[in-house]
Amino acid sequence: MGRTFEGNGLVDPLHQFNIERYGEFHLFGMDLSFTNSSFFALLAVALVVAFLAFGSRKRALVPGRMQSLTELFYEFVAQMVRSTMGQEGFRFFPLIFSLFAFVLTSNLLGMFPYFFTVTSHIAVTGALALMVISVVLIYGFSRHGLKFFKLFAPSGLPIPLYFVIVPIEIISFLARPFSLSIRLFANMMAGHALMKVFASFVIMLGGAGAFSVLAILPFLTNTAVVGLEFLIAFLQAYVFALLSCIYLSDVSGEHIGH
Amino acid sequence: MEPAAAKLIGAGIACIALAGAGIGIGTIFGAYLQGALRNPSAAAGQFTNLLIGFALAEFTGLLGFVMGMLLLFVF
Repeated sequence: MGRTFEGNGLVDPLHQFNIERYGEFHLFGMDLSFTNSSFFALLAVALVVAFLAFGSRKRALVPGRMQSLTELFYEFVAQMVRSTMGQEGFRFFPLIFSLFAFVLTSNLLGMFPYFFTVTSHIAVTGALALMVISVVLIYGFSRHGLKFFKLFAPSGLPIPLYFVIVPIEIISFLARPFSLSIRLFANMMAGHALMKVFASFVIMLGGAGAFSVLAILPFLTNTAVVGLEFLIAFLQAYVFALLSCIYLSDVSGEHIGH
Repeated sequence: MEPAAAKLIGAGIACIALAGAGIGIGTIFGAYLQGALRNPSAAAGQFTNLLIGFALAEFTGLLGFVMGMLLLFVF
């Protein structure tokens, strides 16, 4: 995606998604260099671990400020897991919590200027989505065996309807990893590109002589867009974790009769 | 027509997907508000379903975005 508009004063809104290598490292013909993407992924993990470790270091009965923040975070995800999967699905709490914490931190880190948004690449979100779907498949097959395929044929329908329902269910199941990964990556990428596009309007209008007063308009719009982006960053992390919960609860038992 | 021009026009046409996503998201939040104002006590319990519907409706628009990006930068 290396398109530069240098020369005519335009800002390339997609330049922020470029991957830069910090040193070369090749193994078995694969490029395993440490990049800005890996750096910010590690930074997100380090921030989450530091936040949780710092918040829970005292383990006081009456929580302090930091500890209540950590407990709020924990309780928020725990509530989501309980309401979608019930107490029995609580064994997946560590997975969902890690997913939510990582995606949320990466999304929010990307809001800093000059920071790289890890979740704006489909390679990252695709890997996360594949991991979720693998857990769904492994859990479904280990729990139900071949009865897992009953997921595609809900009971109690008239026989002719099955010819329609079964293909639809199979397609919707196969589309899950795609929708999960594309939703997150496209939201992050489109949002960040939008911010840069409005920012470039400010620069272009600023250099327009008498009309440079008008530059305040895209500036104000961009301020609102930044606020919207914070909402989207949180909402997409929540939706990602919530849909993972729902996919897991689909195969956990109630929908597959015995 | 030059291929480059056709590419740009195609990317522009792909943006029509946004109209569908806009209608879908508007319908979902509008219907949620209608229901929530009639029965506010039941509104909180449906918040999860609201977000699922929002995510599914939004996805159709994002597919259009992905198509546009593919047309512009891959082909």
